[in-house]
Order: sequence, then C-alpha cells, then structure tokens
Amino acid sequence: MLNGILWLVGCQLVGEVIARGLELPVPGPVIGMVLLFIALSIVKPPESANVFRVSDALLRHLQLLFVPAGVGVVTYLAVLRSDALPIIGGLFLSWLAGLAVVGWTVVLFTRRKGTVR
Amino acid sequence: MSEVLDYLRTSPLTGVFLTLLGYRIGRELKRLSGDHPLVQPVLVAILLIGPALWLLDIDYEQYLIGGSVIAFFLGPATVALAVPLHRQAHHLKELVVPMLVAIPLGAFVSISAGVLLVRALGGDRDLELTMAPKSATTPIAIAITEQVGGVAALVAVFTIVAGIIGAVAGPSILNLLRIRDRRARGLAIGAVSHGIGTSRALAEHPVEGAFSGLSMGLSALATSLLVPLVIHLLG
Repeated sequence: MLNGILWLVGCQLVGEVIARGLELPVPGPVIGMVLLFIALSIVKPPESANVFRVSDALLRHLQLLFVPAGVGVVTYLAVLRSDALPIIGGLFLSWLAGLAVVGWTVVLFTRRKGTVR
Repeated sequence: MSEVLDYLRTSPLTGVFLTLLGYRIGRELKRLSGDHPLVQPVLVAILLIGPALWLLDIDYEQYLIGGSVIAFFLGPATVALAVPLHRQAHHLKELVVPMLVAIPLGAFVSISAGVLLVRALGGDRDLELTMAPKSATTPIAIAITEQVGGVAALVAVFTIVAGIIGAVAGPSILNLLRIRDRRARGLAIGAVSHGIGTSRALAEHPVEGAFSGLSMGLSALATSLLVPLVIHLLG
C-alpha cells in the first residue's frame, strides 16, 4: 500500500510544483500523470507492483471522488431553472458536437490501419 | 441534543459517511438494475445526498468539511490514470498524430458550439462565457472562467453535468455515431466528459479507459489555450 500511495502523491506534488512554478495552463495532477507514465516506462515494475494495485483500487471507485462536487449541482438547480433552455441546449449539443468530432476524426485517421475493438 | 447535532454538522465524519453511504447505495442499485447505464453510482449518490442534507439541515459548506476529504483523492486518482495508459502504451505511437489533430479540433468545436448555442437560445454574455470551458476538468474550467469572465460556481456545475452525461449516455451515443474503435471511443469520452466520463470508459474496456484518461489531460490543455482565442473570434 504505502509505496503505491507514495508514488501517486509524490508525482502529484512534483506536478503541482511544476504547474505553478512554470505557470502552465494544465492541472498539477495531469502533469503528475505524465510523470508517473514516464517513470513506469523507465522502471517497468512487475504487474504485481504496489503502485498498480493502489492505482487500480483508486480508479475502481473514481466516481466516488466526484460525489462531493456533484452534490453542489443540486444546490444550484434553482439558478439553472431561469435559464433552462440555453443551459440545457448549449450544454448537451456542444457536448455532442465535441464527442462526435473527436471520435470521427480519430476513426478517419486510423481506419486504414484497422480498428481496435 | 442540540450539542450533538452541532457536532455532527461541523465534523468531517458526517460528510465522509454520507458520501460513502450514498455511493455504496449507488453501487448496489447499479448491480440490482443489471448495470443499467442510467444508474451511475455518482448520480444516485448526488440525488440521495442532496435531499438528505436538506432534511438534516446541513448546508453545502458544512457538508464539504467531510466531502473535501473524499474529493482530495481526485488528485492522486488522476495521477493513477497513468497506469491504464502504461498498460496500453503499445497503442500510443500509432495514435499520436490522430490525437494531436482530433483533440484541439474537438475542443475548438465544443467551445464555439457552446458559446453560439447559448447565444442562439437566448442566454446572456455571462452564460456564454461560462459555457465555453465546460469540457475541461473542473479546476481548469474554474481557472479559465476566472481569466475570461463568467460565473465560476456555475462552470463547476456545467462540467459536472457534462461528465455525468458522458457516464450515462456516452457509450450508447458513440454506438449511434457508429464509432466502434476503442481508442477513438476513449479519446472522445475523455475529451468532453473528463474524469466522470473516464470512470465509465474504464468500466467499458481497458483500452477505452486508458485513452479517455489521456484525452482528459490533453483536452484540459487544449481548452485552456483555445477558450480566450475563440471568445475573441466570436466577439
């Protein structure tokens, strides 16, 4: 347990320092993700390694971690009602447009080399 | 009695317990529903905890004393997304060029569609600015809003809702759009529904989850660079 948590928190810490120090427009944890990816590619730990087990456990319950922010949505429902049409329409349709554009563009580029199902 | 209630309203225990309980019930309902996509544990938990706070007369700030203890682990969990990506690293090289085109393009379309649709449907300027960065992860979206204008508290709501739409409907809509490649599906979900969408993608398929996590990071970067530009272009 301990080693895995230490890796994750350590990478986040360094990521936050880099993001703030260089004033990058990327969140610290995302830089931490890149750092851990690089570390794993270099060290190549065995599949039984602690960092894998801790990460898998944390990601299995990823939705739990969004609950506190999500509860905040409920407290804003009254505000949302007054502008319901532009909010619901704008949110859903632009979400859909982004999803379709990314998906189709990747498919367009990779079709010749075969798909991964 | 009121002393006990005061303790419960200000102790982190209450928020932590309610969050765990709501999520636990969400997992149970998901199982009982035979993994129905509408029954996402995060959604069930939100719908249960919201009214529970109202009944117990606990306001959102008090709930967050405990809630933020849980939310803290979002950072390490984001770092942990390197692990599924590491396992799929052999897929990466082939995807570098498609990703570098698709993700900025997707961010551009998503931002401008958000602004233009809000405008067309009668929203005001504040709402346009607030809709623009909603595809990024919450902390980034809030930072962008503080930079370009808009309502920071509301952008957090929009990003969460965009995430939940992805978790609930993402895979079915990708089927309707006939996008079957696991890498393309993951990149698409992560681009518009960040971590919440990624949680669903991870449950669908390891490749989908890995690329969704990667896409979430790249899209946050693309969105923060493109929002000021698009807002300038669209006036």
